[in-house]
Amino acid sequence: MTPLPNAEQIWQALAQVPDPEIPVINVVEMGIVRDVQVEGGKAVVTMTPTFSGCPALYVIREGLEQAVRGLGFAEVEVRTVLFPPWSTDCITPEAKAKLERYGIAPPRPTSEFGLIELELELVRCPRCGSLDTAVKNTFGPTLCKSIYVCNVCREPFESFKTL
Amino acid sequence: MNEQVKQALIAKLTALADDELILAHRDSEWVGHGPILEEDIALANIAQDELGHATLWYGLRSTLDGSDPDRLAFLRDAAEFHNCELVELPKGDWAFTLLRQYLFDAYEALWLSAAKDSTYKPLAEVAAKILREERFHLQHTQAWVERLGLGTEESNRRMQAALDAQWGYAQQLFVPLEGEGVLVAEGIVPDLGGLKQTWLLHTTQHLQNSGLKLPLQPGYQPTSRQMHTEHLWSLLAEMQSTARWDAEAKVW
Repeated sequence: MTPLPNAEQIWQALAQVPDPEIPVINVVEMGIVRDVQVEGGKAVVTMTPTFSGCPALYVIREGLEQAVRGLGFAEVEVRTVLFPPWSTDCITPEAKAKLERYGIAPPRPTSEFGLIELELELVRCPRCGSLDTAVKNTFGPTLCKSIYVCNVCREPFESFKTL
Repeated sequence: MNEQVKQALIAKLTALADDELILAHRDSEWVGHGPILEEDIALANIAQDELGHATLWYGLRSTLDGSDPDRLAFLRDAAEFHNCELVELPKGDWAFTLLRQYLFDAYEALWLSAAKDSTYKPLAEVAAKILREERFHLQHTQAWVERLGLGTEESNRRMQAALDAQWGYAQQLFVPLEGEGVLVAEGIVPDLGGLKQTWLLHTTQHLQNSGLKLPLQPGYQPTSRQMHTEHLWSLLAEMQSTARWDAEAKVW
């Protein structure tokens, strides 16, 4: 009987699971997967949600489970933790670069924000690189993105919210 | 956790979840009817976030009493809901919906900022999670209050009418539940009295800067979350109809 894969191999399999809404990056580089353990014949994957109302969470959870089952585990448990809360700082630098190439302005590093002040962020146009951009709508086609327009190349684009 | 604290916490989590669920439903009524496409999408996003928050609060209650969040949302009758009356009022016009969302967001952002230091760790974790999303709501609704308040004569009139109608209802957000005192004493939830002062300071200033006048008479101020307006019944009739008809909703 071939031995079951170890945690390292599970991580590699999970890195093949694309984010359902932004398929150019995978769930590991999104920072959604927190931990992987092999307990006897069972694999336990711990994940954390991005936005709490994100409808893709169910698809992600299924994707994680299927990827691990594909390695030969009969029993797979996907646990959810909320703490520390997911932040866009959890997205790897490589994944942020991929987002930009895909046409989505990547999130900026988070910093402490005032509670009730309006926050103005400098967002770089992923097409022409100009910082002369304006927010058109804080809310975009998915919970994690805002809509911007570039004042230089005139193109509208999506920007990942800094969370 | 002793039984008294546990029961008080279950009641509080239910009230928090019910507020989010009912408000999410009212916001969702604009889907396909927003004044422009971008705003339709924005409000749908906010509704979806609030629904996500309701799921987290019901989930937390579930860890204490094993209740099923879906049953709580879809199979309870109006008299068993503990949301405040503000969130169940009909959506009204755009000014009414956005002002309500603003007053609620300002309250929620303050409540969560305090609750993230809760001595009950699971509640602190949920509060910290939700707070990160809330600031986008507040940024958006705050801008709408200003835009309509300082916009045209008509937009100002509509925003003022919304404020006159809602100001009293909004005060209920700061009325503690019976038995909430024990949770405050244990450091599990923040004291609403202190938060109300900060909320009044922020909202009064923003409303006035937006060309609006606080009503001289605050109007009807509900105090009990056991009481509801007639509007909750019709809201639930619509929201729960599918689940009550076919709980699995597998037949299209």
